[in-house]
Amino acid sequence: MPNLTVNGVAHAIDADPDMPLLWVLRDRLDRTGTKYGCGIAQCGACTVHLDGQPVRACQVRLGDVGAQAVTTIEGVSGPVAEAVQAAWRRLDVVQCGYCQSGQIMSAIGLLSGNARPTDADIDGAMDGNICRCGTYQRIRAAIHEAARSLA
Amino acid sequence: MLNVRRPNPARTAPTPSRRGFLAGAGAIVVAFRLDTRPAAARGPDLASVKAQPNAFVRIAADDTVTVIVKHLDMGQGNTTGLATILADELGADWRTVRTEFAPADAALYNNLLMGPIQGTGGSTAVANSWVQLRKAGAAAREMLTAAAAFAWKVPVAEITVADGIVRHGPSGRQARFGELAASAATLPVPADPKLKDPSEWRLIGTRVPRLDSVAKTDGSAVYALDIRRPGQVTAMVARAPRFGGTVRSVDDAAARTVSGVLDVVRVPSGVAVIARDTWSAMKGREALKIDWDDSAAETRSSEAILAEYRARAKEPGLTASARGDVAGALKGAARVIEAEFTFPYLAHAAMEPLNATIERAADGGYDVYAGFQFQTVEQATMAAVLGVTPDRVRLHTHWAGGSFGRRATPSADYVAEAAQVLKAWGEKAPVHLVWTREDDMAGGYYRPTVLHRVRAGIDAKGAVVGWDHVMVGKSIMIGSPFEAMIVKNGIDATTVEGASDTPYALPAYRFGVHNGREGVPVLWWRSVGHSHTAHVMEVMIDELAHAAGADPVAYRLSLLAGAPRLAGVLRLAAEKAGWSAGAPGEKNRGLGVAAHESFGSYVAMVADVTAGDARGGAGADAAVKVNRIVAAVDVGVAVNPDVIRAQVEGAVGFALSSVLRNRITLKDGAVQERNFDAYEPTRMSEMPAVEVHIVPSSVAPTGIGEPGVPVLGPAIANAVFAATGRRLRSLPLNLAGTKGA
Ligand code: FES
Ligand code: FES
Repeated sequence: MPNLTVNGVAHAIDADPDMPLLWVLRDRLDRTGTKYGCGIAQCGACTVHLDGQPVRACQVRLGDVGAQAVTTIEGVSGPVAEAVQAAWRRLDVVQCGYCQSGQIMSAIGLLSGNARPTDADIDGAMDGNICRCGTYQRIRAAIHEAARSLA
Repeated sequence: MLNVRRPNPARTAPTPSRRGFLAGAGAIVVAFRLDTRPAAARGPDLASVKAQPNAFVRIAADDTVTVIVKHLDMGQGNTTGLATILADELGADWRTVRTEFAPADAALYNNLLMGPIQGTGGSTAVANSWVQLRKAGAAAREMLTAAAAFAWKVPVAEITVADGIVRHGPSGRQARFGELAASAATLPVPADPKLKDPSEWRLIGTRVPRLDSVAKTDGSAVYALDIRRPGQVTAMVARAPRFGGTVRSVDDAAARTVSGVLDVVRVPSGVAVIARDTWSAMKGREALKIDWDDSAAETRSSEAILAEYRARAKEPGLTASARGDVAGALKGAARVIEAEFTFPYLAHAAMEPLNATIERAADGGYDVYAGFQFQTVEQATMAAVLGVTPDRVRLHTHWAGGSFGRRATPSADYVAEAAQVLKAWGEKAPVHLVWTREDDMAGGYYRPTVLHRVRAGIDAKGAVVGWDHVMVGKSIMIGSPFEAMIVKNGIDATTVEGASDTPYALPAYRFGVHNGREGVPVLWWRSVGHSHTAHVMEVMIDELAHAAGADPVAYRLSLLAGAPRLAGVLRLAAEKAGWSAGAPGEKNRGLGVAAHESFGSYVAMVADVTAGDARGGAGADAAVKVNRIVAAVDVGVAVNPDVIRAQVEGAVGFALSSVLRNRITLKDGAVQERNFDAYEPTRMSEMPAVEVHIVPSSVAPTGIGEPGVPVLGPAIANAVFAATGRRLRSLPLNLAGTKGA
């Protein structure tokens, strides 16, 4: 039975090793903050961190996670995560909000490796995250704001 | 009359602490029944709404003010806006304000602009609630004041209310809302509470933080897809690949062997696989072998449908509006421009695919969890499926991950399907019906494909003399339960809006319409008819301005003497965008403008665009890059200016991909685009800088969820013309391979 460490807690999962991590999180562990948008790596709504790196949970098989630590929107912590969430709230980025777990996970990933991202860096890191409500202008501003607050 | 909702004793009795007791007992509910005379020709008189029973606010002993929101919030921020309106009249402390989605109840929570129906759409949330919620808040404030006056034995007139505190200045006495709520609840509701003067507003018109920002940034906001009921199963339905197709036979043997699959049942829309979880349901559905019967299905391709439209557009069609002698005017014109515009089917493609959870409750009723947008219709439709009266179907509304119109179908399609699956399966457990992205995108209910044909003439001085306009497109309302309400003489107002009622002073004008007949389900898509009519009107006017050698802003203004608010936003957008200075002097860069009224709100945009290929032409790699959008909006009183700005920014992000590339196409009846790879929404790197300017106004507020959408396409198309000399009329814009003007 595959073991899975999610937000610091180990779980024994009784599921097909082919099951995408997305559905394990949502349907087996009821961690519903991670969203389904496309299932084909196009939208980024399912973005989680594997050992701190943003990945699309719809593309990761349960059987391939192994010992890597899974972090979801419910479990992110630390100064970068706090700065990102605070900036999102200060600028009221969200509309329907459905994409925003994924946006935030990608933004935390970006800022964790790049303290002062340029607009081009933001395009590069965030282009895989679709926001159908079109909140991109505020996402961009919030990433810059989070970077400033961390400086 | 006060409708006091006493707490359920079973729930409050076991809480022994004083605090707990008060929290349960101190709730008041203020309610009004509104005068919902059937909309007369002039529309309902929202301002004279009478104060009668109907529930919009609850004040608890812990000071929490809960505003009951009768509308769906699918991202447009109406929960914050509606709560702001009520809280300001009440004098609440914003930090104590919460919201709750209302249950289905058309008597209490109908949309005043939709008649006896609870529903969200047409950018009506703020417009229809403006007086209703102010009266609710004002009445609650007066009741709290009266309770304090009685307790303190002081005159009502000496009491003030602000920031959640009721004060008597002369004696220095004060009380929190929560301390007065229980006694206030016993008092009569004032029939005609006095509304605040705008000078007394503390929240309206300011940047009030959104109430949903925290829950939507930490993963805790619960959308329909996140509902987890004890024992629930996941259902996925295999539907016909062509609209109107049916199941001839099904072989479910392989599907039943898939691990996690619990059952396979037939429903009217196809074959439902019931499984332990989403993944098993997907696998099980893939294993079904179904023979589809297409004998009643739509099997044409999109081009064939448009070809039929093109032929029909040669005939005048039903007359939606007419004035002057159009034929004579065109005959005498110095120049006539003839143009065809085509628009594809568009999917709403909200981020959260359609889904709903339904279960049979112990009392024999049903509980349903979804992002309900059309409660009255959805409740009645599910009740009919389940064979109960509508009141036995309880709707629990959740945050919706977008909608753009898709969650409000006159057929209540997907929630009805959930009820059908539950029933077909014998109501054994709560059923979560889930549509995949592919189901959602290929499932129809599109913005209709539309063709417009216009012949417009100008005289030797460039003035418009006549305009002959014919459109062909499938009506949303014909064949729906609302046909009798909306369709007059075969003309669906939601199809022709924005063109048949153009504000431009065109001396001779005719608008004719043919209703499309294809078997593709169509629906309102953010801004409905305006999503195409505004494009045609605004590109055409631009062509006429250029033909006349006139400045496009000045030319429009010369035709808008009768539309001062539209002229106002046009002037403001032009000024803020530096229209008179023109685009930065770069190759292939240009400015374009468009202005349009929809849903009572006025929006103008100036687009700054770079267009062309690397060589400045229109080769195969030619692209349109939108650098900047400057928007001006007039929505009356700006209840929450930041939410208004966000909606216009979002409208640009939402609509840009439909201007540049999105289309749903049919090949022999089958939808070709099934996911975001083939129907790609706007992405971060494409998002232009958006600047939004709000016209100060004291007019009653109107909505802003939709009105930003219609002007984006024509502003960009007109900018592409300015940049390249190429006049692109149809959407999506196809610059590559066009000829220079
Ligand atoms: S759901 Fe994984 S990228 Fe869209
Ligand atoms: S906020 Fe709705 S999809 Fe991004």
